[in-house]
Amino acid sequence: MCPYVLPPVPSVDQVQAELRASSFRKRSIKTSAKKQALRLILSMIDLTTLEGMDTPDKVRRLCRKGRDPLPGEDLPSVGAICVYPTMVSVAKEALAGSSVKVASVATAFPSGQTFHELKIEETRRTVAAGADEIDMVISRGAFLAGDYGRVFDEIAAIKQACGPAHLKVILETGELGTYDQVRRASRIAMDAGADFIKTSTGKISVAATMPVTLVMLEAIRDFYLETGRIIGMKPAGGIRTAKEAWHYLAMVKETLGDTWLTNRLFRIGASSLLNDVLMQWRRLSSGRYQSPVYFSED
Amino acid sequence: MSERIPVAKTYKLYVGGAFIRSESGRTFTEKDAAGDLVGNICQASRKDLREALKKARAAQPGWAERTPFNRSQILFRVAEVLETRRGIFEELLVKVCGWSAVEAKADLDAAVDRTFWYAGWCDKFSQVLGGINPVGAPYFNFTLPDPQGVVCILSSRTSPILGLLSGILPAIVPGNTCVVVADNRAASITLELGEVLASSDVPGGVVNLLTGERAELLEHVAGHMDINAIAVFGGEAKDLASIQEGAAENIKRVREFDDPDPSAWRDRAQQSPYWIEKFCEWKTAWHPVGV
Repeated sequence: MCPYVLPPVPSVDQVQAELRASSFRKRSIKTSAKKQALRLILSMIDLTTLEGMDTPDKVRRLCRKGRDPLPGEDLPSVGAICVYPTMVSVAKEALAGSSVKVASVATAFPSGQTFHELKIEETRRTVAAGADEIDMVISRGAFLAGDYGRVFDEIAAIKQACGPAHLKVILETGELGTYDQVRRASRIAMDAGADFIKTSTGKISVAATMPVTLVMLEAIRDFYLETGRIIGMKPAGGIRTAKEAWHYLAMVKETLGDTWLTNRLFRIGASSLLNDVLMQWRRLSSGRYQSPVYFSED
Repeated sequence: MSERIPVAKTYKLYVGGAFIRSESGRTFTEKDAAGDLVGNICQASRKDLREALKKARAAQPGWAERTPFNRSQILFRVAEVLETRRGIFEELLVKVCGWSAVEAKADLDAAVDRTFWYAGWCDKFSQVLGGINPVGAPYFNFTLPDPQGVVCILSSRTSPILGLLSGILPAIVPGNTCVVVADNRAASITLELGEVLASSDVPGGVVNLLTGERAELLEHVAGHMDINAIAVFGGEAKDLASIQEGAAENIKRVREFDDPDPSAWRDRAQQSPYWIEKFCEWKTAWHPVGV
């Protein structure tokens, strides 16, 4: 098999990318459009708990909340519950009979610093435990050293190990340095078979930002125009308010179009975002500004 | 040489320790007793109220966790700074409200003294108002104050500085933070107080000052779920009813106070440790002994 060669990737105009991304922050939506956006955001959330102190009961509570975020209100479930591999079977059981997927991080999340064989094995076992979606991390060390072939091969091998499960590839953009690097990493991931590309692990201080997400959305658009393949996008980490989330929706709509405005192609990795969406929802239905104390933490 | 044009101050809201314009862009004009322009004052909207409440909520745990002694030191500092800046307040009371210089001086004397007085109460009120309760069982039983949280103060409309401070001080002494909706003759004075607080070590967000119309914001204050208590100075019966109705939804404490004429505000009856009590929740603990 020929070694992977990165095709030409356009360079990113940093100033224009940041300017365009910031233009979406000025969008304001009201009343019925806001309700629609809140419902859509809710259905796109990958409700996440990735802590060393996660317990089966915490995961079950989170699953209950994900299935029925605000009991008594007609609201959609979240897109997926995202947990560590050891919690997949617990989540699977708790989500049985619902539309909510089980996503799990694999490949030595969040650093990715382990042996190739172990990453493959971890992926296999996680899928066998019931994960519908796998969030893998790329080897940033190999990528930054210019060893694109290794990064490509690894993603391709994990994709194979995933079998029927969807693969989301985390680029950890906060460690890549420049938008050009983000663009290159996006291309490698898409070439290697990613179903989704994802910004961050949420474990380092620089997580999803609007400019970096825009750069990745443009990479998805160009890849689609070139190959006809549709790739999904998942910004993760740092999106905490409903307002920020609908700025992202505006960006998706105006970069990729309505096709991507579905939870099959756009997800938001978050934990605290859910309660803010619920607070906004209740604000719209009751007319009262809400307080976090009236919403369960998980 | 051309005549010098004085640099006029823009009176901005004081929120989260910063001086900001209203998000609505609205202003109202304040004129002095002679009808001359004092300034264009920012008119707070319901969204300004919402943002101010977020700042107050964020600042509250930190303010409550400070030692009472430290809160006391900070309020002493407020009194010191108010004393050194009293000139501007006296000038505005005369110019805007049409008070005599004697009245204005008496008002600032009382305002500084009252601030000093409440500063002293920070580390004392819990001993005076709380206590050990005698119970007929082998327990220590004691009652301690807790701050309510975020208090919204619909401040005095008759007394722009002393009445305003008389509402804020008992609320912040036990560790609450507050958002003040000031609707009075001299909004400029309210916002001057922001400058005193900003230079007195009072952490940003502990006191937030909004100038605007009480009637416009009343419904949003009453209905907001993230307010723990409302202090109303001199409300009309229908306003009080609407506040009580909105407050019932999340069981806010509603504290009603009179709003007497300015000279009565200087009376010592308008300051009391029992005013601090109105901004506390009381926690009683049973601790087993001798078992």
